[in-house]
Amino acid sequence: MSEITLVEAVCMALARAMAEDETVLVLGEDVGIDGGVFRATDGLISRFGADRVMDTPLSESLFAGLAVGLGAQGFRPVVEYQFMGFIYPAIDQIVNHAGRLRNRTRGRLTCPMVIRAPYGGGIHAPEHHSESMEALFAHVPGIRVVIPSSPARAYGLLLAAIRDPDPVVFLEPKRIYRAPKEEVADDGAAMPLDQCFTVREGRDVTLVAWGAMIVETLVAAETLAAEGVEAEVIDVATLKPLDMATILSSVERTGRCAIVHEAPQSGGVGAEIAAGLADRGLVNLLAPVQRVTGYDTVMPLPRLETYYMPTEERILRTVRRVLAYA
Amino acid sequence: MTQAASFTIEHTRFLDPQGRPTQALPDFAEDPMAVIDLYKAMVLTRTFDAKAVSLQRTGRMGTYASSLGQEAVPIGAAAAMRAEDVFLPSFREQGGQILRGVRMAEILLYWGGDERGSDFTGPREDFPICVPVGTHAPHAAGVARAFQLRGQARVAVCVFGDGATSRGDVYEAMNFAGVHRLPVVFVANNNQWAISVPRTRQTAAETLAQKAIAAGIPGTQVDGNDVIAVRQVVGSAIEQARAGEGPTLVEALTYRLTDHTTADDASRYRDDAEVSARWKEEPIARLRLYLSDTGQWTKAEEEALIGDCTAQVEGAVAEYLATPAMPPTAMFDHLYAVLPAPLAEQRAELEEVVKP
Repeated sequence: MSEITLVEAVCMALARAMAEDETVLVLGEDVGIDGGVFRATDGLISRFGADRVMDTPLSESLFAGLAVGLGAQGFRPVVEYQFMGFIYPAIDQIVNHAGRLRNRTRGRLTCPMVIRAPYGGGIHAPEHHSESMEALFAHVPGIRVVIPSSPARAYGLLLAAIRDPDPVVFLEPKRIYRAPKEEVADDGAAMPLDQCFTVREGRDVTLVAWGAMIVETLVAAETLAAEGVEAEVIDVATLKPLDMATILSSVERTGRCAIVHEAPQSGGVGAEIAAGLADRGLVNLLAPVQRVTGYDTVMPLPRLETYYMPTEERILRTVRRVLAYA
Repeated sequence: MTQAASFTIEHTRFLDPQGRPTQALPDFAEDPMAVIDLYKAMVLTRTFDAKAVSLQRTGRMGTYASSLGQEAVPIGAAAAMRAEDVFLPSFREQGGQILRGVRMAEILLYWGGDERGSDFTGPREDFPICVPVGTHAPHAAGVARAFQLRGQARVAVCVFGDGATSRGDVYEAMNFAGVHRLPVVFVANNNQWAISVPRTRQTAAETLAQKAIAAGIPGTQVDGNDVIAVRQVVGSAIEQARAGEGPTLVEALTYRLTDHTTADDASRYRDDAEVSARWKEEPIARLRLYLSDTGQWTKAEEEALIGDCTAQVEGAVAEYLATPAMPPTAMFDHLYAVLPAPLAEQRAELEEVVKP
């Protein structure tokens, strides 16, 4: 078992799913011979053929709509959007159709599908290539929103998403596509959806994050540990539906919570988590719940993007404020 | 300068507005029962539409989109399909849905505000009504791609309105269908009006059929008030698609003789004179003239048909009105295959709220 990157883990999960289930299809722009712009579909066309690994025209609304039709006919399409910034034409199909088909036909027609897109900043990409708009999708009934934070998580959660009978928006944090690496067994084992993962245990404060922000959050937790503060770190992983139970249970023990996300603050998933804590965890809180997030600005172009992204320093500033309440 | 491309758009009609053949009728029409069945389906649909509008007007049903004057388009198209094909309607193709075995009570249930109206007991793979205009065209391409991948000789038939042809989804679907020669037929039900926007304000193109040309697929036009022509032209397109010869766009020229829906008042934007003139071209009188002129239809048969259609519709209305609403918690029950825990809590809360 060798160490692989997150994007390699995505590719490995796709190959595994395609090998075990012939109804699994991959489609999108440049997913064929080019293997995807990030190589997430590298080699799939030679192994599974052009019928199952299909380059589509540059029609972002079409792919999601095609997946609805294919899904209703018993296929399990996995659709790649090259960057999250180009996914917006598909929102019509995702909101009006993918998330509704099962409900509106009382289960007669369903559309299992996975919509994959690299998202997030920090790679000095051109305009429209760095946004974190997961909250748009977390608001939509009838779908799941899943974000992996490591190669192992990408493999296990993507397999689960492909096998799930309902539509999943699977957002891949491209800043950690190539590093860090991790040993991942190609054993076909899925990880559970709809559950948070506690990636570091601690008694003093709960840090909640997802995607690439897990990296900074864990680094911050180590810095705090050196100061004698033990932070529990929760990787939310499935943002919709949201596993508040795990977060509430952690905060019950720590009494303090900070939420870290790269997306803009207002209306973000962090707000939903904070509201959940206010609703049902208030009696356990020793300090206000605080957020470390991207600003409510347009994602800056690369020269300023490092100032936009939550950093270890910003996380520590916030956590220290949360810890300062007696 | 040389010519890089050229195209022509054909127009097909078999019966003129007075029901007189303009050319030899197609083979299928040699069977008198085949034509009479189309007539019966149109009369049933018109009876159904009239009743549905009256249900809305009397507060017993929600907003409804009548197909008055356009019955020939979905019925001609659906009549050309096989049972194993898949129909993807817009929201004005009830005539085609009924012909394919969707129960009238189900259609009333849907417009009466009940999701079970889309759980068809008949054509289980047909798509439900599509309200967001033209967004079902990509679904048709997906369904057709599924048929192609499985090597099945089945065809997807997608009907949308003239307004939908201005949407990217329709072009994207036709374009993709062209690339892969998918077994799909797109039918543009050109009723001349997208609510208040007339066809001339929708596009500068001379025909909607020619929108197929840019997608590299055949486009053709048919008299959409001539059900024989619709059945024939859509039928040819379906059989070409079934034979692996790829998709077609058929533009059916018809006219919306009534409001867009029961929530609309077309007198705000449309002259009565225009509508009156169009009544002279409508599909049911045209086919009745043909059938009676050729001795295939009598007044007694007409009266019997009206009675039969009325009885069928009344039966469906009675069934619809007698169908109790689902329990409120039903809104949770088909959201996901298995209700996620956070939603189970919300469901339990609703159950508590509505507890008697």
